[in-house]
Amino acid sequence: MSEHNQHSLDHHNDEGPHSTFSGYMIGFMASVILTAIPFWLVMADVLSSRNATVVVILGFALVQILVHMVYFLHMNFHSEGGWNMLSLIFTLVLLFITLAGSLWVMYHMNANMMPGMMTGSS
Amino acid sequence: MSEQFELSKLIFGRLSWDSIPLHDPILLATFIVVVIGGGAIVGALTYYNVWGYLWREWITSIDHKRIGVMYMILGIVMLLRGFADAIMMRIHQAMAFGDATGYLPPHHYDQIFTAHGVIMIFFVAMPFVVGLMNYIVPLQIGARDVAFPFLNNLSFWMTAAGAGLVMASLFIGEFAKSGWLAYPPLTGILQSPGVGVDYYIWSLQIAGVGTLLSGINFVVTIVKMRAPGMTMMKMPVFVWTALCTNILIVAAFPVLTAVMTLLSLDRYLGMNFFTNDLGGNAMMYVNLIWIWGHPEVYILILPIFGVFSEIVSTYSGKRLFGYSSMVYATLVITILSYLVWLHHFFTMGSGATVNSFFGITTMIISIPTGAKIFNWLFTMYRGRIVFDVPMLWTVGFMITFVVGGMTGVLLAVPPADFVLHNSLFLIAHFHNVIIGGVVFGTFAAITYWYPKVTGYKLDPFWGKASFWCWFIGFYLAFMPLYLLGFMGVTRRMSHFDDPSIQIWFQIALGGAILIGIGIACFLIQLYVSYKKRDSLRDETGDPWNGRTLEWSTSSPPPQYNFAFTPRVYDNDAWWQMKANGFVRPSTGFMPIHMPKNTAAGIVVAGISAVFGFAMIWHMWLLGGLSFAALLIAIIVHTFNYKRDYYIPVEEVEKVEAEFEAKRNEVLA
Amino acid sequence: MSHSTALPAAPDSFDFLVREEHHVANGTLLGFWLYLMSDCLIFAALFATYSVLSQSYAGGPTGAELFDLPLVALNTSFLLFSSITYGFAMLQMQQGKLKGTMIWLAITGVFGAAFLGLELFEFYHLIHEGAGPQRSAYWSAFFTLVGTHGLHVTFGIIWLATLLIQLRKHGITVANRRRLFCLSMFWHFLDVVWIGVFTIVYLMGSMS
Repeated sequence: MSEHNQHSLDHHNDEGPHSTFSGYMIGFMASVILTAIPFWLVMADVLSSRNATVVVILGFALVQILVHMVYFLHMNFHSEGGWNMLSLIFTLVLLFITLAGSLWVMYHMNANMMPGMMTGSS
Repeated sequence: MSEQFELSKLIFGRLSWDSIPLHDPILLATFIVVVIGGGAIVGALTYYNVWGYLWREWITSIDHKRIGVMYMILGIVMLLRGFADAIMMRIHQAMAFGDATGYLPPHHYDQIFTAHGVIMIFFVAMPFVVGLMNYIVPLQIGARDVAFPFLNNLSFWMTAAGAGLVMASLFIGEFAKSGWLAYPPLTGILQSPGVGVDYYIWSLQIAGVGTLLSGINFVVTIVKMRAPGMTMMKMPVFVWTALCTNILIVAAFPVLTAVMTLLSLDRYLGMNFFTNDLGGNAMMYVNLIWIWGHPEVYILILPIFGVFSEIVSTYSGKRLFGYSSMVYATLVITILSYLVWLHHFFTMGSGATVNSFFGITTMIISIPTGAKIFNWLFTMYRGRIVFDVPMLWTVGFMITFVVGGMTGVLLAVPPADFVLHNSLFLIAHFHNVIIGGVVFGTFAAITYWYPKVTGYKLDPFWGKASFWCWFIGFYLAFMPLYLLGFMGVTRRMSHFDDPSIQIWFQIALGGAILIGIGIACFLIQLYVSYKKRDSLRDETGDPWNGRTLEWSTSSPPPQYNFAFTPRVYDNDAWWQMKANGFVRPSTGFMPIHMPKNTAAGIVVAGISAVFGFAMIWHMWLLGGLSFAALLIAIIVHTFNYKRDYYIPVEEVEKVEAEFEAKRNEVLA
Repeated sequence: MSHSTALPAAPDSFDFLVREEHHVANGTLLGFWLYLMSDCLIFAALFATYSVLSQSYAGGPTGAELFDLPLVALNTSFLLFSSITYGFAMLQMQQGKLKGTMIWLAITGVFGAAFLGLELFEFYHLIHEGAGPQRSAYWSAFFTLVGTHGLHVTFGIIWLATLLIQLRKHGITVANRRRLFCLSMFWHFLDVVWIGVFTIVYLMGSMS
């Protein structure tokens, strides 16, 4: 956390990723496109099937998250000795477990315990 | 008139003189004892004029060793409180049969079992585990401190602030009456309008911030600060288990934070996450809190597995059997601990598919744990076992934990769980693993590392007395509960009708009293050892013929831990150094770069406690002000860029020479 | 930090020690990344809650009836622009240009504030339409998820303002570079969360 001016030179290169203008621009352009298409798909009601739309926009979201990770957050397999990527993968696994697990558990619980609620009240 | 009323509401919120339980003789007596005891301590500290010393050397200290000791003291103090709750429950349950109502009114009894659970898990077991990691991990990896020394100090004070709020609830207002996980809708604002649940929420939120920060701190410390040569597979097992525990902390505590926030939004802003009306779903709370809760179990036990691994190999005079299987078992438990949470609510109705999945994962997780037990047994096999006190605790643990583990596997079978769920069988099971595991392990660790921390060993007689009281007391206290559980007695009851089961509660009370004597023996042990410290002195720094790097330093270690950072070639680094005739150099020291002490930690934690208290009592003015103060204090702290200094060579030389002289005196 | 990992045949005591001052690599960036991962799991819990409660309207208004997608698209673009402007600030920092860094940082802060303003307007509008956080479990989950993201942006802006003062005071030092990196990770991380929010909450919520 502290300033070591005497070491600032050797610390210069190993800390933090090096960013480039083109990297940011590629990321930005890709994000704009990847955001615009799902909005258009939903707002203009392009696909007739709801499920198809959901799958497509989730796919776009995943790709865009990847783009942000690579071009903005500079994720790769060697920063911090691979620990950044390892912790990200671990987090994503847990994220999946939390989300999918909760939905699975709660869906079954609702189906068994509150069958009247299953259709939703809308 | 009404304006004045509004103003006092704004300042004092719900707090009034009625909130002080003067009408309750038990609380009043406790309060008087606390005031007299606290007054005596404050008076003594002032009389001996140690406030300045405490402030400079302990309260503002960022030294991981000092912080580790403070965590342990916090754990011991809270253990006394948690045990007082336990013995009150045991006495009450042994009395309250038939016409006798016992001495505790139900609303008080409910607060006691809630406080007992919350305190024992969050403010006893957690401080013990974090304290051990604080003291030992940097020493074992050959580091001078943790990665973020200031955050470490802050973490401790946040935990202490949470503990302080729980203690405050004893005399100002009330604590939750809902059980230690505070399930809604019981904890919703309709069913629990008082301040009890708010005390619960805010103390856990504040302590949780501390825990999360210390989790991040230790992961980075272990990843980044190992001595050169110490590859991952050359780390001591305790460091491995500490790493996995802290990964679990970073991964699990956010979920607790989130679910506590949702509950407070229900209570404070009238939202409907877990209410019975307007689409709320209380079962989602149970689902989320156990996504945190099950990893929490392993957060507590994993480092203790590490402690036993260190102790078994030291006292068997052998390398640990199956190092890599130990590491992989720990990693497998880390991952699997995230896949079993539903076994805490099999009966909530997810159906056969879901229940069988979680039942099977729960059974699978016992396999790596079993592997560890075998590794310890094989380490002892044909070793030169020295039956010192830590080894007694270890053997006591292995026997007790296996029993607890097997009742756990029994509960993992959903049909069996449907019968035993919410019964005293469950209570017996988790006390079996927590006392037999975490508590025994903590006492083993305290005895094992005590000479490293203080410079003198603990008196073995009182240690053995404490062990036997705990060991026998545990079986007396909890075996009857297994039995009662099979008979269908449910948990959290404050009164029973059937007089035929009273005898079992009386036996359990006897066990609890024996455990109490065990705690007393431990405290006597601390006192006696202090009195006899000159004959128990350890000048070598290595009283047990240890294997890992913490034993290569003096006891207690110097502030900077290592004058020279060690180079590591083997798992048992210090063992190898000794085997190769390592001699401490007496020249060639360098100035050592160290972080400065800071008061920012206790200031931020203190403001957080005030903020929590204000929120509990709906003191919106104080709440707003303290939140603003909190933000400002943190921002001001970031403007401090000069946080380190150098210990000059002369001082290092002096400290090292003194250690060497004393050591040679003993060895000669 | 290169040294042999094998123990020499006849080791002397200094083979077991590092003679010179041992420099430990700074852990701030890794530590901050781990904090972000933990934050990510807070959002995971909130997303899980939102998903589980996504049909619990309790007879009240639904998202599809009230969401204003053009407004959300505008808000998303603010956040996207703030991302690229933060990128420009980092590029200026790499070239050691203090003034450029500060200007781009300030612009980022303005985009962030615009995002927040629009979000507050949206919240006001929803509450006005009778879809406040107390209306149903669905709206509780909606306001909490989106609001938590907004709260993060708020703290990001406070941090950004603090960092501007610190940059003015100390310039682009090693410590400040590290802080800029941390805030950049925070800012881009909020972007990533927002991708989840607009896809799952707004887009999927608008299709009924």
